[in-house]
Amino acid sequence: MDSVTKRYPDGTVAVDRLSLEIPDRTITVLVGPSGCGKTTTLRMINRMVEPSEGTILVDGVDVQKQPVNTLRRSMGYVIQNAGLFQHRTIADNIATVPRLLGWSKQKARARAEELMERVGLDSSLAKRYPYQLSGGQQQRVGVARALAADPPVLLMDEPFSAVDPVVRKGLQEELLRIQGELGKTIIFVTHDIDEAIRLGTKVAVMRTGGRLAQFAEPAELLSAPADAFVEDFLGEGRGVRRLSFFPSEGLDLLTEPVVADGATAEQTAAAREASGAPYLLVTDGEGKPLGWSEPGSLPGGSPEELLPYGRPFVAGQDSLRVALDCAVLSPTGWAVAVDGTGRVVGVVSQETIGEAIRGAHAAGRKADGAGRKADVAG
Amino acid sequence: MSGFFDIPSDLQHSYFGLIGLHLREALLPVLAGLVLALPLAQLCVRLRWLYPPVLWVTTVIYAIPSLAFFVVLIDYTGLSEITVMIPLTLYSLVVLVPAIVDGVRSVPQETLAAATAMGFGPVRRYVQVQLPIAVPAIIAGLRVATVSSISLVSVGTLIGNQGALGNLLADAMFYHRPELAVTSVVTTAVLAILVDALLVLVRVLLTPWMPRRTPTKPKAEQPDPAALALKDPAR
Ligand SMILES: Nc1ncnc2c1ncn2[C@@H]1O[C@H](COP(=O)(O)OP(=O)(O)OP(=O)(O)O)[C@@H](O)[C@H]1O
Ligand SMILES: [Mg+2]
Repeated sequence: MDSVTKRYPDGTVAVDRLSLEIPDRTITVLVGPSGCGKTTTLRMINRMVEPSEGTILVDGVDVQKQPVNTLRRSMGYVIQNAGLFQHRTIADNIATVPRLLGWSKQKARARAEELMERVGLDSSLAKRYPYQLSGGQQQRVGVARALAADPPVLLMDEPFSAVDPVVRKGLQEELLRIQGELGKTIIFVTHDIDEAIRLGTKVAVMRTGGRLAQFAEPAELLSAPADAFVEDFLGEGRGVRRLSFFPSEGLDLLTEPVVADGATAEQTAAAREASGAPYLLVTDGEGKPLGWSEPGSLPGGSPEELLPYGRPFVAGQDSLRVALDCAVLSPTGWAVAVDGTGRVVGVVSQETIGEAIRGAHAAGRKADGAGRKADVAG
Repeated sequence: MSGFFDIPSDLQHSYFGLIGLHLREALLPVLAGLVLALPLAQLCVRLRWLYPPVLWVTTVIYAIPSLAFFVVLIDYTGLSEITVMIPLTLYSLVVLVPAIVDGVRSVPQETLAAATAMGFGPVRRYVQVQLPIAVPAIIAGLRVATVSSISLVSVGTLIGNQGALGNLLADAMFYHRPELAVTSVVTTAVLAILVDALLVLVRVLLTPWMPRRTPTKPKAEQPDPAALALKDPAR
């Protein structure tokens, strides 16, 4: 997108000299307050809205130079409330674009079934009509319909904003999975910054008046908002949310304060001695956590004497944010790290996590600095 | 002998002949009205400014007494069925045009956007998306138009033998046979009810996608297009 402007006939400037380079095969999110021109931007890509100035290239080809319906059929479009055809069955809805492209009935039908499976819809729904589906299911149909002709590009306009948060989270995870499997170039519009950060490989924050405020990866957005508007739009808890992007991999896990259930007094004393930690984590025979033993008390008594260990985090897989959350929730201030099967691999204190965070920030700053230098050089 | 179904010979029809004539004179105008109303309504949807004047014209036409039409038409079409059917056709527009316009307009914005985004051209979009979704509203309009047309056929009596069952009413007075009036009124009512039921059946068959009235939660946010269509003629 090169310096694209849209001025509506009534003089409203919906998009103002917007330039974006959207990377292939990733999810790019357009986010911003209501009326900032997100929908207009999206619709200029498939020419439902014609730009007043500037050019839009897809794979190096100007969209203006292609027949409009051919262009649109090569891009999937998903819309808020799904916009399903209420007079057509689910299968027919999904098969719409293949049929428009002249596929045979059987081929289109087979494709519809395949897609229903891909987006997690039971095949028994194929013959139903949209009114017989829940909002979340309808939204899945909307995604399946957009994918039907296997378009390389998917345009999504607040597709998940009309469903409740739980369903939305499910749909978001599903979208990430589908994207991982199919490698589509997705342009996703939302006004929900958390959704943007969760889904976007890159996020374009737009401000009222249709101008680009910042175009960056989510982690960078959180660590270095370009200006007060972006910072404000990101909202509270920016620092903590940013921890989602730091892996818990490098955390210094202690194994000394972990003792098996039924350990002898000497073993326990040795563990206390070695670790210098006030609490000991007691594990069962399989190495799964049972609870924390308080200073002075002997493990091996009844489980009621142990303090609950709260929620463990999966070492290496969960982010620093999860690890910190576990430590904060734990009554002892220590988080329990487990492996994929739930066996304890160590424990870590809030202080240690704090050090790791500071380390990660320092590394991030260095990388940023290097990046900036590279920019100057380039 | 003067039975209910003893039709005076001046009507030149048997009882069933009268029914056939009545249905023809009532239904053909509605059909013709529909053929006229579809493009007219489409124009009104496309050019918003056209709708109010069109609505005004159809209302004014509806207000013109049929006798006035007959006076003009007799010079061209004589004392024929056509003379009765032309005003009935024009009368049906007052119901059908708003029914179709409202039906087509009630198609949700996002459905239209989705159709456009998938590469439907304007014609294909109208025929494959807007019209099918407007079917309930169109049929609701057809029901009103048909029933009113069935009762209006009687005005054909004004030009002689073209009132079908309406002529029975005239004869009831002329021959002092009140039972003929009963036959006329009851038969007309039964015809109206049957044709109306038939249209409901057609709607049910054409719209398997409509939420059936079940005790489970009805979709509150979508206005019933049929209700929209009925609002206008009721005004
Ligand atoms: N057809 C139109 N004619 C005139 N102005 C329009 C038209 N469509 C949109 N606008 C204006 O352009 C601006 C951008 O609209 P747009 O729909 O792109 O916003 P958006 O970012 O998608 O907002 P939302 O989050 O509310 O969907 C708004 O000020 C809107 O009022
Ligand atoms: Mg929008």
